[in-house]
Amino acid sequence: MTAQPEIAVGTPQSRVDGRLKVTGRALYAADHPVDGVVYAAVVDSSVGRGRITDVDTSAALAQPGVLTVISHRNAPRLPYVDNPGSNNPPGTRLRVFQDDRVLFFGQPVAVAVATTLEAAQHAARLVEVSYAAEQPITDVTSAPANPPTTYARGDAETALGNAEVRLEMTYRPARNHHNPMEPHATIAQWDGGNLTVWDKTQWVVGGTQTELAAVFGIPQQSVRVISPFVGGAFGNGLRTWPHTTIAALAARETGRPVKLVLSRRQLYFGTGFRPAYDYRVRLASDRRGRLSAMSHDIRAETSSYEAFFEAVMAPGQMLYSMPNVRQAYSTVPLDVNTPIWMRGPGFATAAFVIESAMDELANELRIDPIELRLRNEPGEDPSSGLPFSTRRLRECYSVGAREFGWSRRNPRPGSTRDGDWLIGTGMAAAVYDTGGFPAQAHVRLHADGTALVQSATSDMGPGTYTSMPQIAADALGLTMRTVTFRLGDSIMPPTGPHGGSTTMASVGTAIQDGCDKVRRQAITLAVDDPRSPLHGVDPDDVIVRKGRMHVKNDPTRGETYQQLLTRNQRPHLEVIGTYAGAVHDRFSMFAYGAVFAEVAVDSRLGLVRVRRMLGVYDAGRIVNPKLADSQAIGGMVGGIGAALLEHTVTDPRDGRIVNANLADYLVPVNADIKDLRAIYLNGNDPEANPIGVKGLGEIVLVGIAPAIANAVFHATGRRIRDFPITADALL
Amino acid sequence: MFPFSYTKVSDTSAAVAAGQRGGRYVAGGTTLVDLMRETVERPEALVDIAALPLRDITTTANGGLRIGALVRMADAAADRTVRTTYPVVSEALELSASAQLRNMATIGGNIMQRTRCTYFRDVTAACNKRQPGSGCAALEGFNRTHAILGGSDQCVATHPSDVAVAFAALEATVRLLGPNGERTVPFADFLLQPGATPDREHAIQRGELITAVEIPAQPRPLRSGYLKVRDRQSYEFALTSAAVALHLQGGVIRAAKVAAGGVGTVPWKLPAVERHLIGKRPSAALWTEAAERAADGASPLTHNRFKVELLKRTVARQLRVVGGTR
Repeated sequence: MTAQPEIAVGTPQSRVDGRLKVTGRALYAADHPVDGVVYAAVVDSSVGRGRITDVDTSAALAQPGVLTVISHRNAPRLPYVDNPGSNNPPGTRLRVFQDDRVLFFGQPVAVAVATTLEAAQHAARLVEVSYAAEQPITDVTSAPANPPTTYARGDAETALGNAEVRLEMTYRPARNHHNPMEPHATIAQWDGGNLTVWDKTQWVVGGTQTELAAVFGIPQQSVRVISPFVGGAFGNGLRTWPHTTIAALAARETGRPVKLVLSRRQLYFGTGFRPAYDYRVRLASDRRGRLSAMSHDIRAETSSYEAFFEAVMAPGQMLYSMPNVRQAYSTVPLDVNTPIWMRGPGFATAAFVIESAMDELANELRIDPIELRLRNEPGEDPSSGLPFSTRRLRECYSVGAREFGWSRRNPRPGSTRDGDWLIGTGMAAAVYDTGGFPAQAHVRLHADGTALVQSATSDMGPGTYTSMPQIAADALGLTMRTVTFRLGDSIMPPTGPHGGSTTMASVGTAIQDGCDKVRRQAITLAVDDPRSPLHGVDPDDVIVRKGRMHVKNDPTRGETYQQLLTRNQRPHLEVIGTYAGAVHDRFSMFAYGAVFAEVAVDSRLGLVRVRRMLGVYDAGRIVNPKLADSQAIGGMVGGIGAALLEHTVTDPRDGRIVNANLADYLVPVNADIKDLRAIYLNGNDPEANPIGVKGLGEIVLVGIAPAIANAVFHATGRRIRDFPITADALL
Repeated sequence: MFPFSYTKVSDTSAAVAAGQRGGRYVAGGTTLVDLMRETVERPEALVDIAALPLRDITTTANGGLRIGALVRMADAAADRTVRTTYPVVSEALELSASAQLRNMATIGGNIMQRTRCTYFRDVTAACNKRQPGSGCAALEGFNRTHAILGGSDQCVATHPSDVAVAFAALEATVRLLGPNGERTVPFADFLLQPGATPDREHAIQRGELITAVEIPAQPRPLRSGYLKVRDRQSYEFALTSAAVALHLQGGVIRAAKVAAGGVGTVPWKLPAVERHLIGKRPSAALWTEAAERAADGASPLTHNRFKVELLKRTVARQLRVVGGTR
């Protein structure tokens, strides 16, 4: 079938839902009007480990408006059936109110339900919980680890022993929390045996619908999940957290719809986080900078009840060419809640380490950091031997170096000064897996010439609502205005999780497939219809523009969808478009980037300020450059936070998170953000998926923090390996 | 939030009477309401004083400046007299909080704001300030932001205000109205170090109402400014800060007013630094020598040891910024 002209795809469209959002009419999880709703407030454990010895609810229940207080003392036993295929990590998930064990500080131990929010919150405060407290273990560096996951090629130990140059460093990236603007929230309502939840989630079907069905032991079809808007998530909506179950449980116990919104404080232990790491790396190279080996000893925190893994091993296996690699990745079970993926998961942490280490090697060998990377650039994927679908990292370096002005750099650390400020520049490579989950989309072309596309995906901010109609409009030959896209409801066709930079590839491909098929149906109907001006034309010679089918080389010969469907008394044409998911056995598929940073470090006060950043990305086709820039800027801001500010602090005495609020957990503010710029290499990756995208949301955070750390070293000559880098370390 | 009653008053005598009955004054509400939500504060009665006529900034008879207790932070920072005669005050205000908070918060409320100590603000943690006798979780806990000066074995929480540091430097006074009339308390006596009673934070007696902060007349010309050192560039409390005002005559420093923030349990006046400056000519060496005395008597904790050096450097930097030379 003839390819449709690319009209909407590739253009900088503004968000179609922007007006709804800025006028407050976009309904987030807690905003949905539900008749008769009552309110729940969670009581959190104030010990980091132990047993609950008493729950005194008398004062809480005496408050006006309080309907009930539920704890393990009176909660019904819940089936908690296994849920394979969900994002629940290996282990036994936290079962709310099922026993007296406290597994981490802040664990939900009770919930108060009342007719007003104020009464519920006050009642929760009045619940007196007594504990037999035990000493929690929270230190990833010293606690006993689970058996490691390992990888080896060649003989890294021997290569390290024989190397001309050997470096050994330990890096410690801090725990980070996602801190989206919208708190997690759930409204739950039962109708007989059927449960409806309005929830903040990045996966309405596999993440929330199947999990609630498994927890309550009811059929998947008995649960409906509605989530049309997500106010940021960065990964922490990828699984179902205890509060969603609590809301559903409270609704069932009270017979009323229940709304539960976590407080900002509760988000720090009620949802997951990017785990803290203790990451020792050893490098072996020759004097010219050719790597012969790397060894990675990786320790990452997880909970005592689930073993959370992320793709922290992948970059060490494929980013650089070397014959010998050894990796051991151990999760360390601690008395904390379970981590979850956070933007650029695994890859960002690995890049912290590997890209800092490469900078240390470049400095050791007096080789330019870009040159060092070029000398170790592989021709094929060194972990699998597969060819790269596309790997344009060399171009990223050259474009980045040119646009950033890298050649003006004096390589000597501490060589540039601007008043009190030491100026430094640094760079890092970025890489992130290109994947794709199975997805479906329902496409319906109406007789009035408009189209409705639906898929149970999410839009946590990348602009799914906008980019999907761009794909659909071109594939159907419609204008964007005449295409409506709906998402976020489990009655829609299922998709994989809205994460891992896969939504465009997965849902976009399913939509393109569905739209291609509907267009084909319409063209076939026309060419077979004696009354159509297109009768008898080869379908492959027909294209559609602005809702009008015409012969490709004779635009005068054609008719509109509307004319065709109306004449044939067809109210609509429809199809389910599908995508089977990414295939990884023919090509090595990753997005790449080169990141450049300029920092100023106050020579006396130790303050680090990022003056400018540039990212150059090989991310395949860019469907919407305006939304891409939003993604890139957001990712860079996140990376700046990880490098310089963000650090969840746990008090080892009782497992308490001491900065569980936005005054003490620092994220960048506008004043911290100066000149951020992203460049996308023009092109696409047809091997990755039919629409040629490689994903952008994750890659734009990867590499930011090490580029900054490397720039701090260049400015000061001080190498800081614990993140975030703060004044304490630079005085 | 615990239940409370709420009344508005429109004149100061009604306010004082309500305060005598145990009412807590609320104006901008930017600290108190936050703490009520966290159930750290549980007042039974709130007395809204926002309508009281305490919103003027006036020059006093002896040439000082009187800032009404209900002047908004934003308005005080924008006031022409404040900006031209006490830049240290306007700078301290503008480096505080966020624009939204400065539009609500008042000068009286600012100096009354309570510590940001994370254990104070978490009702499940031990805190002698919040609950006398319960212990101090910060002493052996995470104390990066805590005080290195003026602490006790009961409490090491810092006073978080920026403008209070400027007031301390300039030796301001606090005007109080109580059942027995007005009195004036020097700023140095107004905020209390924790000692054995960290729950007692200020010299206000029951029913007393702050009506104004007065800055005494200063020798002229006076150069002044405020430096705030923090991890991020805005919207964060100080790791360290320095309020500096210098009066030079014939190239010689004749008067020096210096105080530090972020380091003390109260705004920390630095008389040893001031004494070292008097009678000397500005030089880079002088700033460093004087600032070497800024952390005299410091007792750092596990995580805030860096503040000792950072404080000296902060003071040295701001002496140079205000006093000139390189």
